Amino acid sequence: MTVTDTTATPAPVFGAPVLEASGVTMRFGGLLAVNDVNLTVHEGEIVGLIGPNGAGKTTFFNCLTGLYKPTAGQVRFAGTPLPPKPRAVVQAGMARTFQNIRLFANMTALENVMVGRYCRTSSGAFTSVLRGPKFRREEAATRTRAQELLDFVGLGRSTEHLARNMPYGDQRRLEIARALATEPKLILLDEPTAGMNPQETRQASDLIFKIRDSGLSVVVIEHDMRFIFNLCDRVLCLVRGETLIEGTPGEVQSDPRVIEAYIGTGEDEDEDEAAQVRDTTVAEEEGKS
Amino acid sequence: MSDDLTTPTRAHTMAWPLGLAGVALVIIGSFLSWSFDGGILGDLSINFYPGSLQILAIIMAVLGLVLLLVEKGPLKKPLGQWLDATLGLRALGLTLTLYMVLVLIAISVESDGLINVNPGGYISTVGAILLLVSSRMLPLRQLRDLSQARLPGWAEILAIALMMAAVLFGAAYALGLTDAWAFVLCLVFITAVIAVLFRTGVMRWFGHVAQRHKKVLTLAAFAVAFFFPFTQNGSDANMSIATQVLIFAATAMGLNIVVGLAGLLDLGYVAFLGSGAYVAAMLSTSAFATIDWHPPFLVVMLLGAGTAATLGLIIGSPTLRVSGDYLAIVTLGFGEIFRLTMFNLDGTNGPLLTNGPNGIPGIPELEIGSFNFGDSHVVAGIELGRFANYYFLLLLLLAFVILVFARLNDSRIGRGWVAIREDEKAAEAMGVNVFGLKILAFVVGAFLAGLAGTIKAHQDVAVSPDQFIFLESAFLLAAIVLGGMGTIAGVLLGATILKLLPEKLRFFSEYRLLLFGLLLVLMMRFRPEGLVASRRRQLEFHEEDEELAVAIESELVEEAK
Repeated sequence: MTVTDTTATPAPVFGAPVLEASGVTMRFGGLLAVNDVNLTVHEGEIVGLIGPNGAGKTTFFNCLTGLYKPTAGQVRFAGTPLPPKPRAVVQAGMARTFQNIRLFANMTALENVMVGRYCRTSSGAFTSVLRGPKFRREEAATRTRAQELLDFVGLGRSTEHLARNMPYGDQRRLEIARALATEPKLILLDEPTAGMNPQETRQASDLIFKIRDSGLSVVVIEHDMRFIFNLCDRVLCLVRGETLIEGTPGEVQSDPRVIEAYIGTGEDEDEDEAAQVRDTTVAEEEGKS
Repeated sequence: MSDDLTTPTRAHTMAWPLGLAGVALVIIGSFLSWSFDGGILGDLSINFYPGSLQILAIIMAVLGLVLLLVEKGPLKKPLGQWLDATLGLRALGLTLTLYMVLVLIAISVESDGLINVNPGGYISTVGAILLLVSSRMLPLRQLRDLSQARLPGWAEILAIALMMAAVLFGAAYALGLTDAWAFVLCLVFITAVIAVLFRTGVMRWFGHVAQRHKKVLTLAAFAVAFFFPFTQNGSDANMSIATQVLIFAATAMGLNIVVGLAGLLDLGYVAFLGSGAYVAAMLSTSAFATIDWHPPFLVVMLLGAGTAATLGLIIGSPTLRVSGDYLAIVTLGFGEIFRLTMFNLDGTNGPLLTNGPNGIPGIPELEIGSFNFGDSHVVAGIELGRFANYYFLLLLLLAFVILVFARLNDSRIGRGWVAIREDEKAAEAMGVNVFGLKILAFVVGAFLAGLAGTIKAHQDVAVSPDQFIFLESAFLLAAIVLGGMGTIAGVLLGATILKLLPEKLRFFSEYRLLLFGLLLVLMMRFRPEGLVASRRRQLEFHEEDEELAVAIESELVEEAK
């Protein structure tokens, strides 16, 4: 793959493909929500997924993570096909966050992350009742790791806070920490900055770089174009369930079809985004000339 | 209310002497005769020789006096800043008035008319009303945070011991009452004391103390339960009820894993108790036992529990894929199928295993090693009869069930269960084995019920299908809902209330179901999280309550320090 670098980040060298989705199609009755979408994510890569509302971004995510069983197509992870079961997907090393935050609201931040450790620990009913040294060790390790992850996302001081009491931005970060607790190789973030102010958005993008630097691959769905073009190594634009264009941020944002796709839907929100795409493009052009 | 907190008014200054007068009147009245008839309510007819009900009134009055002295007097300095004496007095005034009114009603019901009430009864009643009125006039005050109140370690442990001793003494005394009215009055007295402890904040302080000395508290609670048979002087009447309560509590605690921890609604749980009981009965040496193999009881226990667990697995694997209401319907059906199957395995409609509707009677006493559970023993000069033997065994069982419950709750598995209750889809997407954990809860619950069933068969002497009707499952569930889902203390309390009250209040028996129905409706309306609420359930039932969430969070942060 050739990378024509227009963003601030230096041209990174990517490793082997982690996720290979080919021909993913999802049909709900008469509605073709996702049609023949291909996506390959390499080690250490940040891939953006954009598109107007209803383009099928979240549906595509759900197909990747096993919440939906795709009507057609295949998802391969680290070379092996993934069964469409959420648990198997997590076990294989792919974790996600949700567009509408789905934390365990009445658990503390620490407990939320500890639940994320579930699939990487093994104490069963007998061990739990007998409380041998193995149980204690594992329990202590789970706690330590959860605390480390909270520190990592910057919530180290909110350990005992209830998830439902936390500010919105913190809840988003907690969800990321919970996903990281499952030791993924690839993390899928569904609108991680929705509802955030510019400062929180900047922090979120720093956090995603930090996650990438720790050796993970990232796929991000976002509507915030500045955020996406600044963050991603590659961007995939979906429109009405189909791939409109895939390429570097520079290629995508200068493509007239992307702007058209956003304006074409005629929704207010999307128009804003289209305007954002335009503005960013213009700014870039001016910067070049 | 707002002016209550500011400058003292005339009502405030009058309230204190008025309250004192009320207390004095209650005490004076209680030393005089309450009733003309000496044959009722344990003789309240002799002047200057108070009967037990009068002593209860005096105790409440003295409690009132102490609270008044905290309000204004020598006790104000050490205790005034911690204890909310005003709220305590209000609770006491209300319950004491209720108590005295019920005494008057009891006297007139038991011996034909108010004419039998002597002046002492009226004097005490007037005193109670005075206390009630004065407590309403007292001002509310600002208090300090009770979590800051600390005594030296030994004193706190002593407080736990005293509390537990009071529980033991109270339970033994209340159970000893044979007269229904006296029992009701005693309940009002207990309610009064508990209400005062809660309203003054003593209970909240005790909660903090219990948090600091968890092990001591657990030990003390079991010590109390252990010493209970020694207070009964070899009498079987109460010990029989106590063993029933223990079986019921152990079973409810098993169901608590399914309902309270995993959040699955099981309406056929009693079938697992039944399968354990039937296994024990069929393998016993009863003349009516249908299987000619009599292994030692420990083997029977494992077989009974294993059978129940297997049934749980068979029922659970297909049904746990459905959720909520559907699961309730399926388990309800399973309970009925179990009962009908036991009804029909009589040799005519099916193989001869259960003797059908006649059941298996004449199950002999348990024998473990050379210890026969039917024999009486004299320990420290006190006779311990058959029921006491079963009581100790059941206590051991209950301890085991509680241990399993508590340890599963506080583990990776317990966290998984909470996650499933909170958001099943998210839990699955985070790699929690949702289906496996549900099955686990179901099977562990069934296993523990089966274990209890094997003992129940011997203790009840007979096993028949009509012991395992739907109503029993409903009562088990009611005990959990009433006491507090997912808690240990709550479910024990709920089980005790649901099993003890019907036994003691036999004259209510016709209205029992009506009463429980009403009680549950009221609970659901006013306190859906149960009498003893677990934090988590409180949060779950009050999704909108921000204040509660903040309060609980600060407790969590406090504990983490």
